[in-house]
Amino acid sequence: MSNIIKQLSIFVNNEPGRLAHISSVLKECGVNMRAFNLAESTEFGILRAIVDDPDNSYDLLRQKGIIVKKTDVIGVYLQDTPGALFQAADVLGKANINIEYGYAYSYKDKAIFFIRVDDPEKAVDVISKQGIKMVSDSEI
Amino acid sequence: MAFWNEEIETMPREELEKMQLRLLKEKVTEMYGKSAFFRKRMDEAGVKPEDINSFEDFRRVPFMKKIDLRDNYPDKLFVVPYDDIVRIHVSSGTTGKPTVVGYTKKDLDNWTEALARGMTSFGLSKKDMVQNMHGYGLFTGGLGVHYGAERIGATVLPISTGNTNRQIQLMQDLPVTALAGTPSYYFHIADVCDQMGVDIRKDTKVRKGIAGGEPWSESMRKKLEDRTGIKTYNCYGASEFYGPMFLECEEQNGLHLWADLAYVEILDENDQPCKEGERGAIVITMLQKEAFPLIRYRIGDISAIDWTPCKCGRTHPRLMRISGRTDDMLVVRGVNVFPSQIESVIGEIPWLSPFYHLTLTNANYMDSMLVEVELTEESLTDDMVKLNKMSAELSRRLKDVLNIKADVKLCLPGTLPRFEGKANHVTDNRNYD
Repeated sequence: MSNIIKQLSIFVNNEPGRLAHISSVLKECGVNMRAFNLAESTEFGILRAIVDDPDNSYDLLRQKGIIVKKTDVIGVYLQDTPGALFQAADVLGKANINIEYGYAYSYKDKAIFFIRVDDPEKAVDVISKQGIKMVSDSEI
Repeated sequence: MAFWNEEIETMPREELEKMQLRLLKEKVTEMYGKSAFFRKRMDEAGVKPEDINSFEDFRRVPFMKKIDLRDNYPDKLFVVPYDDIVRIHVSSGTTGKPTVVGYTKKDLDNWTEALARGMTSFGLSKKDMVQNMHGYGLFTGGLGVHYGAERIGATVLPISTGNTNRQIQLMQDLPVTALAGTPSYYFHIADVCDQMGVDIRKDTKVRKGIAGGEPWSESMRKKLEDRTGIKTYNCYGASEFYGPMFLECEEQNGLHLWADLAYVEILDENDQPCKEGERGAIVITMLQKEAFPLIRYRIGDISAIDWTPCKCGRTHPRLMRISGRTDDMLVVRGVNVFPSQIESVIGEIPWLSPFYHLTLTNANYMDSMLVEVELTEESLTDDMVKLNKMSAELSRRLKDVLNIKADVKLCLPGTLPRFEGKANHVTDNRNYD
């Protein structure tokens, strides 16, 4: 069990229909997405996804010729109340850990913030010391 | 019709050729004595200066190529000491290494003479004011045109490139009669004049222009002339042989090649002379160049020569419009660009794969260049900040080597076209009609 989660970063050219194509491959491979986020640079689009079996999904997608990478992220449980994001961000900021990007997912009274940081191990360490609950890879 | 140097400019062909042969022989003899590079090449080819008694004999002399200039960077081909060199110009080279050219006082004098003759041949004189929009500095365009115009007594406005609004303002405020610049910059001037509501015909006295530094077509020239009322005269040159040097006369029918300064051969694919008027590779020998002589230099341009006497009365041969290249050199916004330069930049960056593609376009006749290159699998990241940094770094390194800005696009691994055999890395979508 680890608090470092493997996110899949799927890269697609910025062309009409590319996301539809990726989505159909994900469906064919039976990949179940728990959370995802779409980003685009001037050059290409990136689908960042938290999936239930990242290693297996990664292999399946590669076999289908999809450009995909595994990226270490952490998931932090946030109380669904004002100020919760500040608490987590503040801990990382004070520990001098840089957030590259993040995206949140909330369901009923529970919210999870997935964060990509420059030093995931250290982030896990400082966050757990503050008593903030994190998602473990086995929960996904 | 005025001449700058009537005696030379109207000399009969036989006399010109007699002079050329004498100067060729002298130059080869001098070079054989002074240049280790040249002597070695001649010895390898088994030719001695005394063997050369005709133009046919001269064809036994080995070629000089751009790569020779690169290999002898920076100054190994100079045959006079720096004490005798009064100026240096530097141009972009083939694979990141530039070409350095030295000039003696006599070299500058001959260069200026060539331009003074050319400017006079299309009617410029001390009555004119020339706004010189070529870049001043290591590039030869600025200072070349500057001293040529001064030599004929014209008033020079050394404004250099850029700041188009100011260019147009001064054109209106001062009695400027002629411009000098690249074809694409003329079109840019015309566009900005439209935006500013300036009518060149009514609001300025500009009626003539020297256009050089990049290729353009006859139909582009016609378009520019109709649009602006500026009659434009082509100019040809290269820093290797001084700089801009050969101009069209009032007839606009080919560039007068000053036969006392340059001997030009046009060769076919087997290096045999083309018939007069047939197109082939230009091979140039500078007959009076001192600091950095050029003997049988393959410039890489394709054109033809016409010795038919020009209506203007000048007897020197005329070089027709440049119609292509013998190599893969591209001219982008007046700057020479070799795909190999781009390859060398990409090769130095570990996070890029060797797959790239270059696309050229010219909306409104302004060239733009897009470099698409693949990231490696390892370097591919979903961090936008890192991607932007990589893109900016590639852009900066390309600019350092090419001297012009390129748009860059980082591509996903495996997405650019692969080629079997010879790769085609360039798509030139520029339209000159």
